[in-house]
Amino acid sequence: MSDEPLPRRRGDPLWLKFGAPLLIGILALAGWETMVRVNEIPWYILPGPIAIAKTLVRDWHMLWPSLLGTLRVTVLALIVAVVGGFSLAVLFASARWIELSFFPYAVILQVTPIVAIAPLIIIYIDNLTIALLVCAWIVAFFPILSNTTIGLNSADHNLLDLMRLYGAKRWQVLRYIRIPGALPFFLGGLRISGGLALIGAIVAEFVAGGAGAGSGLAFRILEASYRLEIPRMYAALFLISATGILIFLFFTALTNLLLRRWHESAIQREG
Amino acid sequence: MDPLVRLTGVAKRFPNGTLAVDHVDLAIEAGSFVTLLGPSGCGKSTVLRMIAELVRPSAGRIERPGLPEAGTTGGHPELGFVFQEPTLMPWANVADNVALPLKVAGYAKADVKKRIDEAIAMVGLEGFAHVYPRELSGGMKMRVSIARALVTRPKLLLMDEPFAALDEITRFKLNNDLLELWQRLGWTVVFVTHSVFESVYLSNRILVMSARPGRIVADVPIDAPYPRDDRFRVSDAYGDLCRVVSRHLHEAIAA
Repeated sequence: MSDEPLPRRRGDPLWLKFGAPLLIGILALAGWETMVRVNEIPWYILPGPIAIAKTLVRDWHMLWPSLLGTLRVTVLALIVAVVGGFSLAVLFASARWIELSFFPYAVILQVTPIVAIAPLIIIYIDNLTIALLVCAWIVAFFPILSNTTIGLNSADHNLLDLMRLYGAKRWQVLRYIRIPGALPFFLGGLRISGGLALIGAIVAEFVAGGAGAGSGLAFRILEASYRLEIPRMYAALFLISATGILIFLFFTALTNLLLRRWHESAIQREG
Repeated sequence: MDPLVRLTGVAKRFPNGTLAVDHVDLAIEAGSFVTLLGPSGCGKSTVLRMIAELVRPSAGRIERPGLPEAGTTGGHPELGFVFQEPTLMPWANVADNVALPLKVAGYAKADVKKRIDEAIAMVGLEGFAHVYPRELSGGMKMRVSIARALVTRPKLLLMDEPFAALDEITRFKLNNDLLELWQRLGWTVVFVTHSVFESVYLSNRILVMSARPGRIVADVPIDAPYPRDDRFRVSDAYGDLCRVVSRHLHEAIAA
């Protein structure tokens, strides 16, 4: 350790970071298409990527509104999960007895499979959007709650002592020390919750779709499966995956943006 | 004249039953540079934390005749505390870290910008206000920590082995800078270390502590005149003083 600043570090080359996975993807798709053509597999059993792409374009008028429907439920559930999970975590961190009393129930909610609860929720809640929202929220809020709680509780003890020495009020400790320190934990939870909110929304749509309602992507998959329209099932599946990937990328970018100046997880290293 | 801080018959027993310190009597005069010297685990940090009211004594009295009463929220902005680790907020840049005590006191950052710049300049970190802690070396982080402690213009600075984790060259440099600040600003410093050499170099009074339970077993005045510099470090007087203090420390460990 000398009395000089350390040099900044740099990351993997871009061509490797994006080029390598892209190449693998193209190879896999080409292999799939070739296999379908060489073996002359009929489209109603296994369509090739080109046939799926054509279906995607052809059925866009019905898939697009479905995508928006699923996306709306996912995003709303995530917003509620963020607000609810974060506030509950702050409440947990402010009094040990609250955490001890309520945390087990949060765990129960988390470990009970959503597929098992969804039918009940859909029966009890008339408004379908709200029912879907509740299902997606149940799966999405726990990672935010548990991560943020850990983050709020892992503040540097010396910093807390310092705040005491300066006579800081409770909200000041929360505002200046605990919340900023919990940010990386919160964002880690958010990244998981983003994917889970989508899963929750899809699962709920499946359950509700079986009852003959809804217009989300999962409903389109169910509908297409009854009619053995395999290419449309793949097209809807593709849209669901793409949505999941976009959600993940969005939160990864957000995390990097917020943490790049200070947190080890977001700092690029050399060699 | 009243001392700044007076401890009378102070003892501390932790909830697990360990008697960390016992029968500590000491008075710290305004303007002095006092070092608590002792082996690891002798409770010297506990004494420091009791002075800062971060730890409550189990017996005895701690008075602060020379310091203002605690604020309404129990804070002591007239005290500065520097820990062994820099204890910075990694998400905040140097200026924001230094500004923390003032923010807690309710000042807006814009109103105290001058004080923050001053504090940063005092520790020799001009031009680093917008740098984040992880980009700084260990010595520079410690300088930020010191700047944060002195931004409230404290009367009493408490330092808990602040330079123990630094390499020797950096430590010597920070020792010199600390002495220079102490002389310039007229603080009172209570410094904790387990290094005989560091304690003799810095202080005008060394309290040697024995371990388990921690007690003050020797009170050694260091009369060498200030300013002290690298010439003092290699002088015969310094060597003699180190020998005397070392002997006390060995007796304390043997006791």
